Amino acid sequence: MDPTALLLSRLQFAFTISFHIIFPAFTIGLAAWLTVLEAMHQYSGRPVYRTLFEFWLKIFGVAFGMGVVSGVVMAFQFGTNWSVLSKMSGPIQGPLLAYETFTAFMLEAGFFGILIFGRPRVPPWFYLFSTAMVALGTTLSAFWIMVNNSWMQVPTGYVLQNGQFVPDDWAQIIFNRVVWVRFPHMLLASYLTGAFCVAATGAWYLLRRTYRAEAHVMLRMGLALAAALLPLQLFIGHLVGDYVHDYQPAKFAAIEARWHDEQPASEVLIAIPDSSTESNRYAISIPVLGSIIASMSLSSKEVGLSSFAPQDRPPVAIPFFAFRIMVGCGFVMLGLAWLGTWLGLKHRLERSRLLLWGIFLSFPLPWIAILTGWYTAEVGRQPWTVYGVLRTADAATPFLTASAATASLILFVAVYAFIFSFGTYYIYRLLRAGPAGLSGKPLDVPVPNRPMSLADKMPTIVEAGE
Amino acid sequence: MVTFWVALLAISILIYLLLDGFDLGVGMLCGLARSEAKRETMLHTVAPVWDGNETWLVVAGVIMWGAFPLAYATVMSAFYIPVIVMLLGLILRGVAFEFRSKALRSRWIWDVSFVAGSFAASFMQGAMVGALVEGLQFSNGDYVGGTFGWLTAFSALCGIGLCFGYSLLGACWLVRKCDGLVRDAARRQIPPLAIGVLMFLIVVFAYALAEHLPILQRWTDRPYLFLFPLIGAGAAAVLATSVLRHDDYWPFHMVALIFAAAFGTLALSFWPYMIPFVLTIDEAAAPHASLAFMFWGAGLFVFPLMLLYVAVGYRVFRGKSVQAVDHY
Repeated sequence: MDPTALLLSRLQFAFTISFHIIFPAFTIGLAAWLTVLEAMHQYSGRPVYRTLFEFWLKIFGVAFGMGVVSGVVMAFQFGTNWSVLSKMSGPIQGPLLAYETFTAFMLEAGFFGILIFGRPRVPPWFYLFSTAMVALGTTLSAFWIMVNNSWMQVPTGYVLQNGQFVPDDWAQIIFNRVVWVRFPHMLLASYLTGAFCVAATGAWYLLRRTYRAEAHVMLRMGLALAAALLPLQLFIGHLVGDYVHDYQPAKFAAIEARWHDEQPASEVLIAIPDSSTESNRYAISIPVLGSIIASMSLSSKEVGLSSFAPQDRPPVAIPFFAFRIMVGCGFVMLGLAWLGTWLGLKHRLERSRLLLWGIFLSFPLPWIAILTGWYTAEVGRQPWTVYGVLRTADAATPFLTASAATASLILFVAVYAFIFSFGTYYIYRLLRAGPAGLSGKPLDVPVPNRPMSLADKMPTIVEAGE
Repeated sequence: MVTFWVALLAISILIYLLLDGFDLGVGMLCGLARSEAKRETMLHTVAPVWDGNETWLVVAGVIMWGAFPLAYATVMSAFYIPVIVMLLGLILRGVAFEFRSKALRSRWIWDVSFVAGSFAASFMQGAMVGALVEGLQFSNGDYVGGTFGWLTAFSALCGIGLCFGYSLLGACWLVRKCDGLVRDAARRQIPPLAIGVLMFLIVVFAYALAEHLPILQRWTDRPYLFLFPLIGAGAAAVLATSVLRHDDYWPFHMVALIFAAAFGTLALSFWPYMIPFVLTIDEAAAPHASLAFMFWGAGLFVFPLMLLYVAVGYRVFRGKSVQAVDHY
């Protein structure tokens, strides 16, 4: 295996999957929200829900399309660049991905067309059903992906036969504890992404003093959901940390930048890890806290990186910093969501322009948290592809040349940069135009040209002084 | 179990060929449409279903990985460049559906990417099949053909042939789904495209004879294989008369039948190999535990459900396509 081709393959996988996750992270939450909006509209008949539905459906369409096409790549890239992995883990990862495709992709794809084009052609209950099926599809897809990745993190339920991982206990593969903390962690992250994007859009409109009625609904729903989910997310995040501590001690040590065994262990808050001297520079740490976080104990011994052979250690800087960025984003979002919800309840949110700016500018935070969280998980798993069993260096296609890998990486970067810049620009334009900016003929419900006409009907959220 | 999954793989590939075939074909024919209104109408006939159509490629891909991991790993890595170019083509044409309607001045970019992406994906698919038929270089089961081992005159010819084939299917789809100018234009395109496909078949056959491709021996061993070209010829005759009678319904079904016949020919010529003369189906198959796990859930229950989704989708959007009210 050519080391350059290996490095390029890793870069290509990291790039294409980072690009891909941006869209599902957004659409999983958004699909669930669209289902709620459609149900609320059908139940209450209030036009604001329909207006918001149609508006976010447009954005959903663009993001979903980009998620689908960038996702197809993933199904084939295992084979093109990681043929040894595909051969060895095919008997386990293949069926899991087959379940994803069968149960999730087809469901999404089948009902997505109806969601976008089918409203005039189907009865309302079926339209709501289709929306729910798209949401269910996105969620199932996330589930199977988390099962798949969790198996690579903590391989279980298999025996090694003739150079293949042969499954001998599917229940253990699917229902092991690791899946059931990591899947909720990812699902909540997606809901938070949707919630913050919706809330940020609401804040943006209030700052621009347009679409006041819609903006209030978006802010209220987005912030309330985030305020409720964030504490749960932090708790589940802690459980994810527990599995890393139990099953992947080297990754845990890297995240904590703990170079040597400590008893009781301190917690490094921030530092610059230096692998050449196996120590941290400019470290700020708190004694004993490390043991408390890792083992809920005041005196536990925690393992350091030097307990592992050099060739079995993950890189330190990326997991260390990525993890701290993720947690930092989580706490900033928690503060914004709680403060915003509280001020909203007191009817003071609209006047708190500083907070509105904060909420508006916070929309990248959930994505940053998701990406850095994944970098922590995946870089921390190195040097293994299947943890403890198959090294990344041994998993790649043996005859892949550096020139072919270079060409494909350049093509991916060029095409993705091209569609990403246009895609985000189109989404920005849709968001900027707002709910009344829907092109084409008017909807069959009255769409207010003046947002105030809607706000009149919603006394609960109308406040004095615009 | 192995038989079940090889059958399901074949069915999925065939469904993919037929469904994404017409929508890639419409993509290529869009390049011939001069006016914005025509392109819009053409695009609109496939917009509600393209995503589902393309998903069958993923279905085929993951069945191959799950049930035949050795074949998946070998084929994908040997076809590194064509697979990636195909994927990029599918990306460019896929996003064009959504982006086109959101664009103002930049709409032409998405028209170009729609057409070019459709061509790239179709050509690469044809070329890969051609390379499999002609035979890739292996030594002890490892691919040794190099980065461009798949690219030969024969595989390029197959790539072009598939572009013609998909376009023909696309034209028949347009005849079925459209009215007026678009339908008439598509109907006029059917004869030249059909002749193109016929020429391609003749040339491929002649080449195979001249080069003594080992796959030809299958035909002397298995005379029943001649049944498929006969079905194809019958379908072609019905196609010709239905086009002459200006029928909107039958051409699509007849070209689909020709595709099915061609696919059947190829699949049975490969049997029992997955990669001809290198890897058999049984050698490539995953352990029983994997096949059984997929069979008792995905295969037995979810696969029929998937067919149901497709049926629901096509039923909701049945009949002649009408312009969307608000989207696109």
